[in-house]
Amino acid sequence: MSFANPAAGSLFWFARHEFNLSWRDFMRMMSAGKSGREKAIVAFIVFAVLVVHVIAYLFLAPAIRDGLTIDKTLFATVSGSLLLTFSLMMSQAMELVTRVFYSRSDLDLILSSPVSARRIFAVRIAAISVATSALSLLIFGSAINVLVIFESIWWLAAFPVLVACGAFATALSLLMTILMFETIGAKRTRLVAQIVAAVVGAGFIIGIQLAAIASLGSISRIEFFTSDMVSQSVPEIESWVWIPARAALGEINSLIIVVAGAFAILGGTILAFAGSFGERVIVAAGISQTKSDVKASKASFTSRSHGAVLRQKEWKLLLRDHWLISQTLMQILYLIPPAFMLWQGFGSAGALSVVAVPVLVMAAGQLAGGLAWLAISGEDAPQLVQTAPIAKGAIIRAKIEAVLGAIIIVVAPILFLIAFFDLKLAAIAAGGIALATVSATMIQLWFRSQAKRSSFRRRQTSSKVATLAEAFSSILWAGSTGLVAAGLWILAPLTALLALGTLWIARSFRPEQEI
Amino acid sequence: MQELALEVKNLSKTFDRPAVNNLSFSVNSGEFYALLGPNGAGKTTSLRMVAGLMQADKGDIHVFGENAVTNPVGVKQMMAWVPDEPMIYDRLTPLEYLEFVAGLWGVETEEAKRNAAELLEWLALNPHAHERCEGFSKGMRQKVALAGALVHDPRLIILDEPLTGLDAGSARLVKDVLLARVERGCSVIMTTHILEVAERMAERIGVISKGRLIAEGSLDSLRNQAGQENTTLEEIFLGLVEEDNEEQAVAA
Repeated sequence: MSFANPAAGSLFWFARHEFNLSWRDFMRMMSAGKSGREKAIVAFIVFAVLVVHVIAYLFLAPAIRDGLTIDKTLFATVSGSLLLTFSLMMSQAMELVTRVFYSRSDLDLILSSPVSARRIFAVRIAAISVATSALSLLIFGSAINVLVIFESIWWLAAFPVLVACGAFATALSLLMTILMFETIGAKRTRLVAQIVAAVVGAGFIIGIQLAAIASLGSISRIEFFTSDMVSQSVPEIESWVWIPARAALGEINSLIIVVAGAFAILGGTILAFAGSFGERVIVAAGISQTKSDVKASKASFTSRSHGAVLRQKEWKLLLRDHWLISQTLMQILYLIPPAFMLWQGFGSAGALSVVAVPVLVMAAGQLAGGLAWLAISGEDAPQLVQTAPIAKGAIIRAKIEAVLGAIIIVVAPILFLIAFFDLKLAAIAAGGIALATVSATMIQLWFRSQAKRSSFRRRQTSSKVATLAEAFSSILWAGSTGLVAAGLWILAPLTALLALGTLWIARSFRPEQEI
Repeated sequence: MQELALEVKNLSKTFDRPAVNNLSFSVNSGEFYALLGPNGAGKTTSLRMVAGLMQADKGDIHVFGENAVTNPVGVKQMMAWVPDEPMIYDRLTPLEYLEFVAGLWGVETEEAKRNAAELLEWLALNPHAHERCEGFSKGMRQKVALAGALVHDPRLIILDEPLTGLDAGSARLVKDVLLARVERGCSVIMTTHILEVAERMAERIGVISKGRLIAEGSLDSLRNQAGQENTTLEEIFLGLVEEDNEEQAVAA
């Protein structure tokens, strides 16, 4: 390693530093901190790439078989997909911009050094743009590749269009965050920006699903975009509205406009705001030093059971952390479409059992995973609880009860609504929710590792096995519940067995816990 | 014969290499005992095993005659653990924190209220009793953690580097509170790198190196062991550790 680097402090030097850190973060995330796993990581990535390409082919095969015609329907579908991608990018970019503002990590070191803060923030904004585009390229790249191979090579243009969307989303997110910073202040911006990010990310998908349910009685986005209703209401084929879609389909002039326009906006934003970013970061750093209002806090010291003491502590901490509440409850946003379907169907048992009940079970499982992580791994004083004169089993039971209690509060209104239509179905849904909740909590117990509560968003990076097991068990319990609800009693035990198998595999992979 | 507050016999723990190696020592009831050693000597590992935060590979731990392995809950009821990094909740106020800890240890309502009020006053936390702990300085956080450790009136207090990072005023307050507890009959075992504190406060001092107890006794008896009279604990400590390192090197 050379310390005498003449380029130190330059844009390139910062970019290389950032790339090194990101690469090591990525490798750590993929290898779960264990060395010598490079070959396994490469094999996993190759396998994952193949799988997503097969899925993309199966999804697009009917359209490719019939042949794509350039018309308003195709433009509407491509534009809708781009808007969907853009909303996800906006959400991710806002989350990343907020993280740059509020996470301290190495900023104290950098801001106290004599190098220009403008350069590091210019690089970090550019890095956000790259990260934002990369995720969407990973998600949608397989579909584009399938279209390039089986449809037309011109679909390659969709790649630069996605990158341009990432650049534009980053610029827009930065502008929105700075606007919030200036209008509502540093303290509120953190919470509001996170909520806006989640609402923007989920909003478009949910909006389309709601429109599809309302007009077509289906939850499918593709059915919505290709419907007569949409093709009749969108502008004519010559309209400027279709420029991004034309660019994605390989029309050169549109491609130049989209790519050059997006990067000009991002470049302008960096030039205008990178310099003042440091000042805002310093303001944001000050909010952790501000003290809460002095109000007489209630502390009755009433004698209660250990379980009650632990449960109350968990709920109190959660209720006092608005940011955590917003992060946890974001998953409930995805319950809106099935709830709407429930309202639309108004007692149609078929729709309820096929869509609403499994989605409810899956959402409860995911929500339980998040809450269990907070209660178990996000325990701020683990040694205090461990050294208390309480049996280990009693501590674990109290934590599970705290999670179950929170889940009950969230899902109870929807269960009551279902019970109003069909009591048996509500009982089945409640059973599925209980199974998914307990499974997610057990997985978090097996894979617990001490972490700060503020790392909630990045909890998935701690263990890939836990993340996958949590997702699979929620999906499989959702499937089992859906099958039971639909009366397919023969198939339900099969998915239930798969869910139990997932738990067994996760348990056998659990790391050794000291205590 | 004086009752033993803590009795550690042949305690061992190995990670990549032995961290604690056949360690034996005891703390008398009502005694202030300081455990000294260089970085990586096994002080924290030993105390974590005593506090029930880590399982020993072998050895016995008894607290006031109770076996820590067979009766962990009973032993924990009598102990308090104060680590170097205060374990408190940012979103609770000091008063709420004390209520939570009192609940965990099952302290009766009236006793808990009385203890909490007394501790908040002693530790000069009263003006901040209703503020959330977020934004508190290291000294304030350590004082809240110490109040939590004392609110259930433990018979044995285990402290791991409790004075690290504290300003002179906070450190003085913590030391005064600990000495007052010892006067009331409480036993204290503490690790520290601040040898002056051990010299002034501890009745007996144990020195460990490479997981083994290499010397133990009052300051005077340590001076005798080291064959140096009118010398500081720092010089005795450095001499003992250096001597042990040389012996280990020869043995290897």
